[in-house]
Amino acid sequence: MNGGWERVIPAFRSVCGEDGVSLGAAVREQHGRDESVHRCRPPDVVVWPRSVEEVSALAKICHHHHLPIIPFGTGTGLEGGVGALKGGVCFSLRNMDRVLDLHQEDFDVSVEPGVTRKGLNSYLRDTGLWFPVDPGADASLCGMAATSASGTNAVRYGTMRENVLNLEVVLADGSIIHTAGRGRRKTSAGYNLTNLFVGSEGTLGVITKTTLRLYGVPEAMVSAVCTFPSVQAAVDSTVQVLQTGVPIARIEFLDDVMIDACNSFNSLSYPVAPTLFLEFHGTEKSLEEQVTVTEEITQANGGSDFSWARDAETRGRLWKARHDAWYAALALRPGCKAYSTDVCVPLSRLPQIIVETKEDLMLNGLTGPIAGHVGDGNFHCIMVMDPNDQDEVIRVHEFTERLARRALALDGTCTGEHGVGLGKRALLREEMGPLAIEVMQGLKATLDPKNLMNPGKVL
Amino acid sequence: MSPASVFVCLSLTLLSDYPVIRVKPDNSGVVTDGVKHSMNPFCEIAVEEAVKLKEKKFIKEVVAVSCGPTQVTETIRTALAMGCDRGIHVEVSGKDYEAMGPLQIAKIFAALAKKEEASLVILGKQAIDDDCNQTGQMTAALLDWPQGTFASEVTIDGEKVKVVREIDGGLETIKISMPAVLTADLRLNTPRYATLPNIMKAKKKKIANMKPADLGVDMVSRVEVLRVDEPPTRLAGVKVETVDDLVAKLKANGTI
Repeated sequence: MNGGWERVIPAFRSVCGEDGVSLGAAVREQHGRDESVHRCRPPDVVVWPRSVEEVSALAKICHHHHLPIIPFGTGTGLEGGVGALKGGVCFSLRNMDRVLDLHQEDFDVSVEPGVTRKGLNSYLRDTGLWFPVDPGADASLCGMAATSASGTNAVRYGTMRENVLNLEVVLADGSIIHTAGRGRRKTSAGYNLTNLFVGSEGTLGVITKTTLRLYGVPEAMVSAVCTFPSVQAAVDSTVQVLQTGVPIARIEFLDDVMIDACNSFNSLSYPVAPTLFLEFHGTEKSLEEQVTVTEEITQANGGSDFSWARDAETRGRLWKARHDAWYAALALRPGCKAYSTDVCVPLSRLPQIIVETKEDLMLNGLTGPIAGHVGDGNFHCIMVMDPNDQDEVIRVHEFTERLARRALALDGTCTGEHGVGLGKRALLREEMGPLAIEVMQGLKATLDPKNLMNPGKVL
Repeated sequence: MSPASVFVCLSLTLLSDYPVIRVKPDNSGVVTDGVKHSMNPFCEIAVEEAVKLKEKKFIKEVVAVSCGPTQVTETIRTALAMGCDRGIHVEVSGKDYEAMGPLQIAKIFAALAKKEEASLVILGKQAIDDDCNQTGQMTAALLDWPQGTFASEVTIDGEKVKVVREIDGGLETIKISMPAVLTADLRLNTPRYATLPNIMKAKKKKIANMKPADLGVDMVSRVEVLRVDEPPTRLAGVKVETVDDLVAKLKANGTI
């Protein structure tokens, strides 16, 4: 492309304005990395479109000049999705930050890519509505759609796949489409384009608007912590709670290594044993019922008495231990980096895979405290490793491959919520099989024949 | 004897997280048309504290009050949805609203508190759009009531209120008799969300309507806003290669 930048940069400026284009090294580096362990791969230029029309105009220029397009939301991804492997143009969408079309009675709202999850919920404060999908980071909602994000609440409220009603997408050639037409309700019209783009990680188009399903803010919330004599007991309890139909909102598992780390980090004194953090949402009456049923189950499995929290402040403190898990893990070995695995298996296979994984960790001398959304069969090993110790880095890498294959063998997936990004493409092939991959490649070739959309990711 | 009623006085402000507030082209103020407004965050904390005191049975009734144009009734409804029993909307609009400042508001709140025989008046410590931090203090002065400002903890003890105040040096604990004025600081509590069922119930609660004149308050302001300007744009930095260059440049622009 080298020579042609003199024509392209002015063309970008005429679309986004003088301030809307940057070639600065610091800016490009900032847009070449996310929160994963993958190294920074900066784009050649960063642009800040202010509207879908500008995104389309920029895409047309890139299409004409064969320039890669990398959409960028908040840079909070965990799989290296924003790295510009072949250079190109980073479309930083943070200036498109309007909340549009809130329909309170219909429980839906549309947002532009610059609106984050916490930003939307703050906006909705007075309406009694909220968007519950909570991946931890204060991520861009359109970015969450692009990576099919999930979170601690998924067991009750679902993931992005269940909560995106419509998308406005700019394709590689600048065409603007709405994946569900004008719709924002249930439909059986045509192919499900919305869920084709959800999870496409910027490889099929740039998401410029997403219409989301909202929920009523729960009248009351109660949280509890319960320890168990074994991993099996904790997971069995989880399975049984779900089978009895308790609409539990969060059910998070922390293994003994993780609890120990959290105790040290936050000066707490939870018993060092497999632990479940639970949260119930509902009316005061339904909470009583949910809690009674759950307590019976956990006690039958040898679980301890519940530690309770009802009001916002106490619940906050209780959950802080879980939210700080990442930092608590890092604090185990200062100076190290952390990588999170993300496998997900059917609930019935969860005890087996966690037990086998812990054995693997011990056998290979690896630091990998476990925290997970057991309600979905999804758990994360936070692999703490010294980036300068080549041997450890290799051992961690081999461990994660074994773990992913273990999950696939148990009818699971190599990535429950983080996406494929840069590092899991080979595992995706194994998981899907060659024929499904061919279909995916066919779709990619149809929508992006020049392979400009975030090249080198997913497929 | 538990106090009869607590007045929570609310302010409607520009939404804090919303991007870029712009100055009007004629520098007379900021653009408010089309910008999302919401209850002032410190007032939310004040409402939460009042509702908590009622739930603990220290007080019988919480009344939410606000001054401003019709838009303000939505804010009062949110307070009702959080648990206040009834609302009072003091209508101020047009030129009077633009000129309305802490003194006018304090006069209104003081008149109402006296009229309705409130035992406690709770406000947010300041509004996040003008950051005046004056209304609570002025209200107390007009009523000649004791004040517990920047409250991070409030405990009712018979006829008195124990207030832990956030001050520059740390925390100060005072005991004041009721009736009193309190202003809420950030760490006083975490306000609850208004839930849908409560929002629907709130529609049936009463909001009384009145004008400043009904309370004998004149809205004339002795303050005139001359100009509003945006903060100056930050200039680009200059990189230098050596310490000598740095010293020379600092001398040249008069810094040293």
